[in-house]
Amino acid sequence: MASTRRKRLLTTLRGHAGAVAALGILVLLTAGSGRVAAADYVVRDYAIPEPLTATPGDPQRGAAIVVDRARGNCLSCHAVPVDADFFGTTGPTLAAVGARLNAAQLRLRLVDPKVINPMTMMPAYFKTEGLYRVAPEYAGKPILSAQEIEDVVAFLLTLK
Amino acid sequence: MRAPQPVRRVLVAAAAGVACFASAAEDIDWGPYEVDGRRSGYTYAAAETRAIQDDDFENGGLLWVEKGAELWETAHGADGASCQGCHGDAAESMRGVGARYPVYAAEREKLINLEQRINQCRTERMGAEAWRWESEPLLAMTTYLRHQSRGMAVSPVIDGPAAPFFEQGKAFYTKRRGQLDLACIHCHEMNSGNMLRAQRLSQGMSNGFPTYRLKWQGVGSLHRRIRGCNEDVRAETYAPGSDEYVNVELYLAWRARGLPVETPAVRN
Ligand code: HEC
Ligand code: HEC
Repeated sequence: MASTRRKRLLTTLRGHAGAVAALGILVLLTAGSGRVAAADYVVRDYAIPEPLTATPGDPQRGAAIVVDRARGNCLSCHAVPVDADFFGTTGPTLAAVGARLNAAQLRLRLVDPKVINPMTMMPAYFKTEGLYRVAPEYAGKPILSAQEIEDVVAFLLTLK
Repeated sequence: MRAPQPVRRVLVAAAAGVACFASAAEDIDWGPYEVDGRRSGYTYAAAETRAIQDDDFENGGLLWVEKGAELWETAHGADGASCQGCHGDAAESMRGVGARYPVYAAEREKLINLEQRINQCRTERMGAEAWRWESEPLLAMTTYLRHQSRGMAVSPVIDGPAAPFFEQGKAFYTKRRGQLDLACIHCHEMNSGNMLRAQRLSQGMSNGFPTYRLKWQGVGSLHRRIRGCNEDVRAETYAPGSDEYVNVELYLAWRARGLPVETPAVRN
């Protein structure tokens, strides 16, 4: 949970107040450039109803992120209906996941799946706090940016 | 030793209402490579990889054993002493050592592993400098010594003064770490048998180290392997030879208890 001071800073940065609901989870991200990028989201009913960015996700960019070992690397754990030689089996197949889950549910499963299953192996792709001994080059950075999360969600929604 | 081809039968379990795969169960007699469900990495390796390990002429790790044998007889350091001068025939004096290390060392009030014992002999008894971690001579000597216990059951002592260090190793093993937030258990207990993209996950047993890795095209230490697993989850690593890695080395030896020392094992 972010402190009140942080909330105020965020509010100032975003130029409007009241965006953060009392029960919401607030995340403050520091970009590699030293610039402060802020994103806040509210978890409701095991989902994140609001998109993290104003720009709608792009499914094609999302597909590239899912395959890219340096970004999503989702294939290390999941079978995904894309062209690839190897798929992991530690996670469930993502074939037809867009028929099972809606955008809001998919978003939380990427942002912080431990909210749903505290024991899960699935990494939180948009979380920077509560982690232990993150290598210095990754410290304070989420695995994917807010826009990348939206792109991946858009791609997953095409899997029907 | 020959082992039949794996026949896979995957059990599916449900956790927290979400389907996930549990470890694959296999109807195979792995002989000494499986003890009470604890399985050597050998049983997860591809048939071709196992065949290389089974043949001492194919197994590249034997080169390190030979280099170690030479170093055993060679005088090093200011005192002109050799290992053999003090210990005689390694096949006798060193048999069993590799099966029980790391051990509690009263003079240091902590655990000491084989590499550290070798360097202790060099610096305190031979007037020689410590070999650098992962240097060729240290790898060769460690491989040579553990090879003297090949086939013997891994049997570490975890009680008495070793107990608190064992507990620290266990805590290390179960602690989530890194940007990917994964603990050793996620890959090696919850998912052994499953694929991580093209890699089949094993139970992460330590009984084959130092191991000849095809990927490394050479022999590497257990601490190098553990550091690699830490790096893979984008975690800050510890130095090879650190107390943290030696403690988890004892915990790994306990996980591998009863399995045969395979040094030098061959892995992907
Ligand atoms: C290290 C392993 C791992 C990685 C990497 C991983 N996942 Fe997962 N994922 C899992 C597991 C395990 C589950 C099963 C749910 C649970 O454990 O809570 C899961 C569940 C999911 C679900 C829910 C599926 C369902 O049917 O309920 C989605 C969606 C998902 N992952 C998408 C992704 C995407 C997209 C990526 C990459 C950006 C990714 N995962 C990367 C392990 C992983
Ligand atoms: C993200 C997955 C992952 C995590 C987490 C992980 N490992 Fe591994 N580990 C692997 C893979 C992949 C291999 C190579 C294939 C195999 O033997 O499982 C491996 C191999 C090993 C081996 C060699 C096994 C053999 O037979 O040669 C050991 C020992 C090991 N890991 C220990 C650890 C320890 C200790 C930790 C925690 C500090 C850890 N691993 C965390 C993926 C992981």
